[in-house]
Amino acid sequence: MTYSPSLADIPITPLGDSALIVKFGDSIQKDTHHKVRQLAEHLDRQPFNWMVEVVPTFTSVTIYYDTMKLLAESVKQGGDIQAESPFKLAAESVFQLLQTLRDVNASSARTVEIPVCYGGDFGPDLETVASRNGLTPQEVIDIHGSADYLVYMLGFAPGFAYLGGMSVRIATPRRETPRISIPAGTVGIAGDQTGVYPIDTPGGWQLIGKTPIELFKPQQMPPTLLQAGDIVRFYPITREQFESWEETVR
Amino acid sequence: MSLLIEKPGLLTTVQDLGRFGVQKYGVIVSGAMDAFALRIANLLVGNAEGEAGLEITLLGPVIRFERTTLISLCGGDLSPELNGVPIPLWRTVLAPKGSVLAFGPMKLGCRAYLAVGGGVDVPARMNSRSTYLRAGIGGYEGRALAVGDRLSLGEMTPQGSQILGLLAREASKETGAVSRWAVFPEMLPKYAANPIVQLIPGEEYELFQEQSQHDLWQEEFAVLPQSDRMGYRFKGRELQLNHSKEMISSAVTMGTVQVPPDGNPIILMADRQTTGGYPKIGQVASVDLPLLAQASLGARVRFQKVTLQEAQRQWIERETAIQTLREGLEQLETSYR
Repeated sequence: MTYSPSLADIPITPLGDSALIVKFGDSIQKDTHHKVRQLAEHLDRQPFNWMVEVVPTFTSVTIYYDTMKLLAESVKQGGDIQAESPFKLAAESVFQLLQTLRDVNASSARTVEIPVCYGGDFGPDLETVASRNGLTPQEVIDIHGSADYLVYMLGFAPGFAYLGGMSVRIATPRRETPRISIPAGTVGIAGDQTGVYPIDTPGGWQLIGKTPIELFKPQQMPPTLLQAGDIVRFYPITREQFESWEETVR
Repeated sequence: MSLLIEKPGLLTTVQDLGRFGVQKYGVIVSGAMDAFALRIANLLVGNAEGEAGLEITLLGPVIRFERTTLISLCGGDLSPELNGVPIPLWRTVLAPKGSVLAFGPMKLGCRAYLAVGGGVDVPARMNSRSTYLRAGIGGYEGRALAVGDRLSLGEMTPQGSQILGLLAREASKETGAVSRWAVFPEMLPKYAANPIVQLIPGEEYELFQEQSQHDLWQEEFAVLPQSDRMGYRFKGRELQLNHSKEMISSAVTMGTVQVPPDGNPIILMADRQTTGGYPKIGQVASVDLPLLAQASLGARVRFQKVTLQEAQRQWIERETAIQTLREGLEQLETSYR
């Protein structure tokens, strides 16, 4: 079941009986990401009062709704509680919002710089990534540290950012045997993706280094260093810098 | 002022209705697996329905009440006893100071919810008191309860005090008192050892082989031992796509039925990740989530097709019944003479 009035080029589909998905595209692209962010940011600023929360992902925005609030709202405006479909009511409101959002720009991106101590016991797979790509470890570091990465979405773990923009020159498949525990702050590569583990997690990524800064800060709001739409840059630091960084934080 | 945990049970955690508003940061929702049971338990002790209570799993704890308070147990029947006397579910119970709550064998369902007058008072983290075990956040020190833990209670609402007053008239110091009022059995979910669970066909339903679509509605699926608060894993007929499909991760929710390449469905539950990339063959109707939350390992589950409209109609009916209960409890003083 899809709600798509004749005007709509953006399908709105149900996710069960208490959420709907606004889908802006079928592939991971910057253009789609901007539309996702535009809607998600608008809803963060001006939520519908029946909205529970909004979750932006690669190509879509999911809006969770409170059925009873939605109906109460509709009855207030003269609707018939027996006749209304909550999904349709929510989809109509979102559809109308989309018409007004067309010309609004998403806010300009923040740039977040993340220091990384590459190699050694922080990055036990740096050599593997280098040799599999016919590079030296230093070249891997240079390539990893020279790109602007776009945060498409957060997921998998609290504060984990799905980053786009890594050079295929350092792409490396996952390890055949995942590690049982990877410490928070570890930077890894899996296929053509790179990312930072925000909490201790098992995982199969190739580990190339570690950052001393926290990506998940549950005592703060927002609780994460990175947010969808941010630009991330990695830069190398020495072991000494890493350790003094941790000292200052403590 | 508190609850003392004398034995922790198998897995007893502080939960409320979940941590909403932070999924966009990758933070999971958590909260009670059987949210209906926790909401009702809270209402019965005069709390707001989203107060924190205890989720008690399979093997119950032993809890001493260090002050006289109201309690209610809802959800799974783990044979609760107060000072050795069995107490019924879905009612309000006055627990005298010093009384001890213990549990016996699991009769129906596997998760009991304990609400206490005033609620369990632990600090809210990201707007919720729910325990997020894996990240060690929320609840009581971010973990399951252990021997010797002492939980503070919040202040009882005026309504709770009123109910306490009503029950105190007939309470004895040893056994407390059990309310004569109870929740209408008709409004309870149809809890069963082998439940029938309604599913709305999911976004990728049509991409599954015709045989798999047929099997989904006709075959039984058994809950595997690897099931937990994060998700239920099932074993039954394997469900296969017509053509394998490269999926882009998108949001998932409680009750999403996703099918990894091995063909064995997983239903995402309270501690699910915020996003997922497996094809979604269905979505559990919200009214039936409690049935799954109470399904034990080995339970044989059947799925029944339901339309979105019908699922929402049933949800509205359920919410209206809860509203009626809420209003009934507000008028207790006048009706209970």
